[in-house]
Amino acid sequence: MSVITPFTPIASTIGGALIGFSAVLLMLFNGRIAGISGILSRIFPPYAGSDVMGAAAFIVGLMAAPLCYWAVSGPVPQTVSGDVVLMVVAGLLVGFGTVYGSGCTSGHGVCGLARLSRRSLLATAVFMAAGFVTVFILRHVMGV
Amino acid sequence: MLRITISFIAGLVFGLGLVIGGMANPAKVQNFLDLFGTFDPSLAFVMAGAVVVTFIGYRLVLREHAPLCGERFHLPTATEIDRRLIIGPALFGVGWGLSGFCPGPAITSLPLVAKGTLVFVPAMLVGVGLARLVLQRPTTKTLETTGGTT
Repeated sequence: MSVITPFTPIASTIGGALIGFSAVLLMLFNGRIAGISGILSRIFPPYAGSDVMGAAAFIVGLMAAPLCYWAVSGPVPQTVSGDVVLMVVAGLLVGFGTVYGSGCTSGHGVCGLARLSRRSLLATAVFMAAGFVTVFILRHVMGV
Repeated sequence: MLRITISFIAGLVFGLGLVIGGMANPAKVQNFLDLFGTFDPSLAFVMAGAVVVTFIGYRLVLREHAPLCGERFHLPTATEIDRRLIIGPALFGVGWGLSGFCPGPAITSLPLVAKGTLVFVPAMLVGVGLARLVLQRPTTKTLETTGGTT
């Protein structure tokens, strides 16, 4: 189910810069890393000193974003697989793997790399490699 | 209250960055990962933009002794390379490749109510909960070291 998507270097660089700005804002005011899997795991107990309200507010902010975008510039282009089994398996792997590995694309891939963390560099290399191999198998071996 | 407002604004800006950068579209993410097919390098530009801004911003911010609304910076303290750091990202990468979703874009996409998203997000939350259970069992490390990097 591969769909051609246009290469958007300018919009993507601007989008990336906004993500970076968000990460800096969160560190400057709240002293927190902008890692989504960490923020998600903070809405689960135990709550000792983990700033649940801050985590919840961040998540609400994320969900407000496509609505704001929609109001200003129209629908958000999106192609999501409707294969229920595939999406359940993928969701379990993403949820478990990011928390077990202490980070995702944002925590390791953005904040960790920006801190020149060796752990994050390794983690980012591993999830990128696993992603490349998975898509190769999915599209070019299994032909999904 | 300022702390919670900042969290909301940071989430909103982060989500807008994902949407504007095209990362709320799983097809675009999968195309980045499809070097031998419909390759779209946009994700690399999102990463580069985000890392450069964060690198510079963190250099300035972390010179201070404390954040503006908190008593200390919550920075990851772990430095050792362990098996968890291979297993976790490997599992995550497989799920990421299968769906084109990582946690941020999946949550951000919820209001767009695609069927796949509505299935993916609850499964992801179950995965998060399972990992928390597994991590709490063997050692009683604090959350700052187990979940703190993210």
